[in-house]
Amino acid sequence: MAGDSDNIVAETAARILADFADPQTVNRAKNDAWKAPLWRALSEAGLPLAWVPEQLGGSGASLADGFAVLGAAGRAALAVPLAETMLAGWLLSQAGVRAPDGKMSIAPARPPDSLAVGGDGRLNGRALAVPFAGEAEHIAVFAEAGTGPIVALVAAQDCRVEDGKTLAGDSRGTVSLDKVTPLAQAPAPKMLDRMALMLMGCVLRSVQTAGALETVLALSVAYANERVAFERPIGKFQAVQQNLARLAGETAAALAAAGSAADTVAQADAFDEALFLEAASAKIRCAEAAAEGAAIAHQVFGAIGFTQEHVLHRFTLRMLAWRDDFGNESFWAAELGKHVARRGADEFWPLVASR
Amino acid sequence: MSADLQFDQIRLPAECQTLRAEVRAFLAEEVARGTFDPHRPGHGDSHNRAFSRRVGTKGWIGMTWPKKYGGHERSFLERYVVTEEFRVANAPVRLHFVADRQSGPILLKYAPERIKLDILPRICRGELCFVIGMSEPGSGSDLFAAKTKATKVDGGFKISGSKIWTSNAHIADYMLGLFRTSPPTKENRRHGLTQFLVDMKTPGITVNPIIQMTGQHDFNEVVFEDAFVPDDHVMGEIDGAWKQATSELAYERSGPERFLETFYVMLELIRALGPEPDLRGAEGLGRLVAQLHTLRRMSVSVAGMLQAGKEPVVEGSIVKDLGTLWEQKLPERVRELTAFLAPNGGNRATLEEQLAFALAVAPKLTIQGGTTEILRGIIARGLGLR
Repeated sequence: MAGDSDNIVAETAARILADFADPQTVNRAKNDAWKAPLWRALSEAGLPLAWVPEQLGGSGASLADGFAVLGAAGRAALAVPLAETMLAGWLLSQAGVRAPDGKMSIAPARPPDSLAVGGDGRLNGRALAVPFAGEAEHIAVFAEAGTGPIVALVAAQDCRVEDGKTLAGDSRGTVSLDKVTPLAQAPAPKMLDRMALMLMGCVLRSVQTAGALETVLALSVAYANERVAFERPIGKFQAVQQNLARLAGETAAALAAAGSAADTVAQADAFDEALFLEAASAKIRCAEAAAEGAAIAHQVFGAIGFTQEHVLHRFTLRMLAWRDDFGNESFWAAELGKHVARRGADEFWPLVASR
Repeated sequence: MSADLQFDQIRLPAECQTLRAEVRAFLAEEVARGTFDPHRPGHGDSHNRAFSRRVGTKGWIGMTWPKKYGGHERSFLERYVVTEEFRVANAPVRLHFVADRQSGPILLKYAPERIKLDILPRICRGELCFVIGMSEPGSGSDLFAAKTKATKVDGGFKISGSKIWTSNAHIADYMLGLFRTSPPTKENRRHGLTQFLVDMKTPGITVNPIIQMTGQHDFNEVVFEDAFVPDDHVMGEIDGAWKQATSELAYERSGPERFLETFYVMLELIRALGPEPDLRGAEGLGRLVAQLHTLRRMSVSVAGMLQAGKEPVVEGSIVKDLGTLWEQKLPERVRELTAFLAPNGGNRATLEEQLAFALAVAPKLTIQGGTTEILRGIIARGLGLR
């Protein structure tokens, strides 16, 4: 959803994804050769640097347009670092650092990890579970310094990258910085702290997850209408219908939570309390929806959905893996719970009803 | 139909937040004068004629209806704000709520002008209680199995039979009910029911109380023995009530009352956990916050889409399915999350009293106004499965 029909940027993205990243085609591919032409097409359309203003080397799309692109990416279970490059470009732009071409990622990518700037201006520290660590050419770094946090651009080759794989087989690894001299750096703007970066990451992952769930729902409904058992399509059985209705409910919850958070970010002047509620809630609820939704979809598909050959896993495993980026749902639930408890019972409803 | 689900992004306009402040001030005054206790939802009457009149005086009943009929021509989003604030405060709205939510809109659509001019302004003033006459001893979720007959006589119809589980019938002024005017046809089992406006003072109507397992009196059996209803009390098409049922349901199913019914235990949970909860308490509370926030954003979105003239039938049903399950589970979660807290904590007595009520009420939440199973059938139909 997210206004894909009235949004030319999102339409462009959807068209490129249909041409170069069709999930069925990608799933049948023997190697990663499909990635290069896809990335070229995305870059030519200015999508990876959508959130970078033109004067800093990007295409200057609005936050809302960028989120619509990420919805389309989620619907295609896109397995290249488009979201990561967009987030890195956004982070660099916040500090006025020019964004390079090519694939990027972000460090840190988990709330407890912290990188530091030494007295010599060089970067130190270790960031775990950096998405697409093994594919990114550059990394946008948020680091703490005595004089306040900075945003820096580093070359991936200047870092030590121990790559690993997500549940879905995508690159995700540890990035260690040992006296790395950044290619560029600037002070972070006042409102932007590490938690704000994590929350922004949460909104991206939520929008992608909601998109993936939309496709999972569509695939599951189509399959239930096709697959015949006991002499009728399994979608005619009430037990299956009830499960699919639950899947629709989880999809709806994810769409509403992610859409609301993205809209709030797009309208916000600051990373304030309302945005914290929106972004953390979206990450929690979308992660819950991913778990519930994946389980229901696999139940509908039975054995065929458990095969490498079938496309379902591209969506289900990816949305399960996304839960762990930028703080998982348990982390954010604890943060949100602490915040609400600190404010007290009388302040709770006013917060919920503030928008 | 395709599987496309739509949730428009709705930000409540400024006038809604101004209105919200007025509503909160009004409710605080009512609490101060002792009309109701927001912390004791199971305590005292859930209806209060004088209170409903005062709400009517504020202009908060029939808010969206034309001024001509006593309404206020305000938006669905403004009505939404009033509804959620009243619900969160546990205000005794029982008398006017059904009329405001669904009976009034049906009258607006189907009643003759004379009846509209007579009844709608009285609803807006908070004077009238409406009930819904659907379920019968042999017809619950399957409402087209209704048998209670309306037989044509000179100048009107005579109704015989009974309705059951009729909430509030003992305090009601009017019923909007479905009655059988013709047998169902082979082609269409939904054919043959007609919607009537019935004055509850009509001779031949008896209301018998049915006490609920919580000890409360809400349900009733309503018996009709040749009760006369005049011709101009037919709402819509004779034998064709089935065509009229669907569009109202989105209003009935997606409002804040579909997930805030047990909200009070969440506030009490926050009090019980205190300002520095342990990790278990914090995480448990945080998940509930995220789930509640999401439900509310979904519900506000549906209200906004209704305001824009859309018909989010599937989305509305999803809000009720998820919302009623959530409010049903909420007291269970609160019970678990407070299990290890000191038994003599500050608000322990209030929490215990609230849980005792909420846990007993919980089973009905996924039954009233369309069961979970029926809702999921509607969602499945929207998905193109039936």
